[in-house]
Amino acid sequence: MSATTSKAIITVIGTDAVGIIAKVSGKCSEYGVNIIDITQKVFENTFAMIMQVDTAAMTVSFVEFTESMKATGKELGVVIHATHEDIFNAMHRI
Amino acid sequence: MINAYDVIETIKMIDEEHLDIRTVTMGISLLDCIRGDIKQTAELVYDKITRTAERLVPTANGIEAEFGIPIVNKRVSVTPISILGGAVECEDLTPIAIAMQKAADTLGIDFIGGFSALVEKGFTKGDLRLINSIPSALTATERVCSSVNVGSTKGGINMDAIKMLGEIILDTANRTADRDSIGCAKLVVFANAVQDNPFMAGAFHGISEPETVINVGVSGPGVVKAALEKHPDADLTAVSEIIKKTAFKITRMGQLVNNLASERLGVPSGIVDLSLAPTPAVGDSVARILEEMGVGTCGGCGTTACLALLNDAVKKGGVMASSHVGGLSGAFIPVSEDEGMIAAAESGILTLEKLEAMTAVCSVGIDMVAVPGDTTADVISAFIADEIAIGVVNTKTTAVRIIPAIGKKAGDTVCFGGLLGKAPIMPIKTASPARFIARGGLIPAPLHSLKN
Repeated sequence: MSATTSKAIITVIGTDAVGIIAKVSGKCSEYGVNIIDITQKVFENTFAMIMQVDTAAMTVSFVEFTESMKATGKELGVVIHATHEDIFNAMHRI
Repeated sequence: MINAYDVIETIKMIDEEHLDIRTVTMGISLLDCIRGDIKQTAELVYDKITRTAERLVPTANGIEAEFGIPIVNKRVSVTPISILGGAVECEDLTPIAIAMQKAADTLGIDFIGGFSALVEKGFTKGDLRLINSIPSALTATERVCSSVNVGSTKGGINMDAIKMLGEIILDTANRTADRDSIGCAKLVVFANAVQDNPFMAGAFHGISEPETVINVGVSGPGVVKAALEKHPDADLTAVSEIIKKTAFKITRMGQLVNNLASERLGVPSGIVDLSLAPTPAVGDSVARILEEMGVGTCGGCGTTACLALLNDAVKKGGVMASSHVGGLSGAFIPVSEDEGMIAAAESGILTLEKLEAMTAVCSVGIDMVAVPGDTTADVISAFIADEIAIGVVNTKTTAVRIIPAIGKKAGDTVCFGGLLGKAPIMPIKTASPARFIARGGLIPAPLHSLKN
């Protein structure tokens, strides 16, 4: 059980607004992060998105990427986490 | 793709329920630092620690950022210093403690443990030097932690050591009286101490451990409480199941961090200590879990039974999640470091006597309790003896971390800040045990058959 993949999960939660997906996917493209899958819903004005991405060809360090995502979240008034996928696999898969 | 519910659950545990890795602790053997000259020994200790753990903090910070898991403390534990202390040509081992502190400053770690001695069957020259150096070492340093193992199920109880430690604790309290006697918060007296414990103040790197090792201590009382809140009417079988499942998830995270840290540092992976370690923050309390289980206030009747269930379920859930479980695994019940325990002690419902009973079923012992400053050394020694006896007879680790708050009385408060928190001063029975303590000697190891 150690870091085996280059996949990461981006979660975005907050009040719905125009352009959230555009902004987040724009950032991904800027850093060479490939989007694999997106699940997105709006529940009574609350925006929730979970994005699976591949960071194999990422042009910045993972730490810089998470920091940049956090900052993007602040700009948009939502909370963005970018986390290595292994933590979810570790906690929820046997 | 990963289930959206699982993703949200993990994020929520970390963001709202204080899930964190309490510590990544690197164990370092100092056996190759034994020299006859104290100055040279101290230099070697500093060099070895700073060289070996050089990348500990940046590596832990990297894992924290990449995996989104807060790693609250980075720590180092070393070979019990009493072993080094036997060789040097002087009585005072404080220079080694100062070298440890200096190494901690250089590395940027939070605590360093191992100013320790294991004396359950008697003292070596180094053990006596170490114990006598504790007050000055803990006064001269901030991050150095000290522990003394005075009893074991196979060895019995060293009452001479307990007598000494009553006086040592009081001396340490007096020397740090201007800081609410904080020196005593960094000193723990053990029965059945474990060699791979990543938690302070009791961490040391046992002599059966490898050259270096990574041990991880998890935390997460808030997560357990939040899980139980969703099932207010579940019966206790179901409660146990909920705790097991939650402990499993928490521990898996600890194992992942252990593997990552070990891989990135090139240091063997040791154990995961699957503990519920509270902090003084609201929502991070073990006492509040017991109250959620239905005990009105922690310390009331029913508390010991609830704690027994909790401690056992945490172990059962965690064991399967980790390749090597060790340390002190279970539920900690420190008073000053747990918001719910502080409130229960302030209300008067949680007493020292009830705490003593709780330690028969918790993971360690009577931890971070403050007592009036005029408590005598004999009473402190006898208080320790009672707690050690519980551990020795019941084949479990127990410990005492007691702070005689110099110049303060029952009902006052001492404040240490940070993870050490604040403690209401609890009344302690003052009837003199002087004759018992003056006897000294060893209490023989208990019988292992005829259990009843």
